[in-house]
Amino acid sequence: MKLTETLTDLANPTRFLALTARILPWLAGATAFLLAIGLYQSAMAPDDYQQGATVKIMFIHVPNAWLSMFVWSVMSVAALGTLVWRHPLADVAAKAAAPIGAAFTFLALVTGSLWGRPMWGTYWEWDARLTSVLILFLMYLGLMALWRAVEDPSRAARAAAVLTLVGAINIPIIKFSVDWWNTLHQPASVLRMGGSTLDKAFLWPLLVMAIAFSLLFITLHLAAMRNEILRRRVRSLQMMQASRVSFTSEAGAGSRDAGASKEIGAA
Amino acid sequence: MSALAALIRRDIRIALRVGGGALIGVLFFLTVTVLMPFAVGPDLALLSRLGPAILWLGALLASLLTLDRLFTADHEDGSLDLIVMSRTPLELACAAKALAHWIAAGLPLIVATPVLGLLLNLDGTATLAVGATLLAGTPALTFTGMIGAALAVTLHRGGLLLAVLVLPLSIPVLIFGVAASQAAISGPLPFGTPFSILCALSLASLVIGPFAAAASLRHGLD
Repeated sequence: MKLTETLTDLANPTRFLALTARILPWLAGATAFLLAIGLYQSAMAPDDYQQGATVKIMFIHVPNAWLSMFVWSVMSVAALGTLVWRHPLADVAAKAAAPIGAAFTFLALVTGSLWGRPMWGTYWEWDARLTSVLILFLMYLGLMALWRAVEDPSRAARAAAVLTLVGAINIPIIKFSVDWWNTLHQPASVLRMGGSTLDKAFLWPLLVMAIAFSLLFITLHLAAMRNEILRRRVRSLQMMQASRVSFTSEAGAGSRDAGASKEIGAA
Repeated sequence: MSALAALIRRDIRIALRVGGGALIGVLFFLTVTVLMPFAVGPDLALLSRLGPAILWLGALLASLLTLDRLFTADHEDGSLDLIVMSRTPLELACAAKALAHWIAAGLPLIVATPVLGLLLNLDGTATLAVGATLLAGTPALTFTGMIGAALAVTLHRGGLLLAVLVLPLSIPVLIFGVAASQAAISGPLPFGTPFSILCALSLASLVIGPFAAAASLRHGLD
């Protein structure tokens, strides 16, 4: 009940802007603090007996990979918000999340391939986990292309929501690809039945980094949502301005370029 | 039920008659397959090894080429609005349209496969394997592609956007289609495993595709 009330309250963009303006500095501070601790712990973590110092790539790679899937899940919830509840901020959230998710996915792919070079002897291997994450990256790009293809934001939002929900099928495939297929990528070792197989010395820095990256996403996402709301306001102000200019010029200057201004007014 | 049958019959008729363009897909399939030996060289041993992959890629691109027609023509002449407003559930209507599209544009690709297999030096088993996998896999291409077609028609942007949206969704079908063909030709995996997954993909897209396309049409057209 409380949650629904809060969500309804946030439907008012002005209230959302005021709230986020207050909590964003705290979030940014917490993100910086946790990232600093996480990076320090990662640097201080012992070398692996097999992998040596390259194991430290894990502290960047794994949070990025988790986030790449988490962001699509957030977008799927936002897509439901757009299609089912018609929440006004849902499509803003979905649109703002797409480029951030694409960035996390790209970083997961890059760090993974840098880690794969010393460990597997190759930058890229067409195994199930790598391929499915690459498909996720392509779908992020396709979604961004869809957002950019349509001028009317609410139209684009509904189309993007359908595509997001269809693409969500890929998320469980990525998660379980290492269990379903016998692949080069190692199976899940942190979140698995029967507890983590990771040593405590690696687990703690990894968890701190994961929380720091999640906070980083929330911070970036809220900031991007603010930008998107402001961008939409600027757009509607420009449209109003354009129609006002066309009306005054029609009334004042008479027939000079009246045809052109009528077109703007109609649009 | 009779409304759906009428819709299927109408769509197939339109696709096969002048201006329908269903058979352009087969022509495109032929052209892509003929282009490949020019690109990789006329080495028959190499071509027979790459054959299944070439045929699958050609069929994928050919089915993508004709997807554009699935809703655009109906949108232009207004019959799509009638279909959306009619008493028949839109999901079923979408499924019927996709089925008609597959019969008109997908089946000819499978019929053409043996002929193109000859050009690529495929033997009988290989041609049969590719034909069987295409028969099991092309419905998945049509039904997932329908989602992209529905999105593209509501956005008034066809073509390029459609390809960008649909191709990532069709990668699993391509993977298992080619894997099953290779398994039948050279092993060592059994043919049944990837083939069953391919059938599962088709069945899943049969369920998901109409609902997603109908949702996008319902929310997108105004």
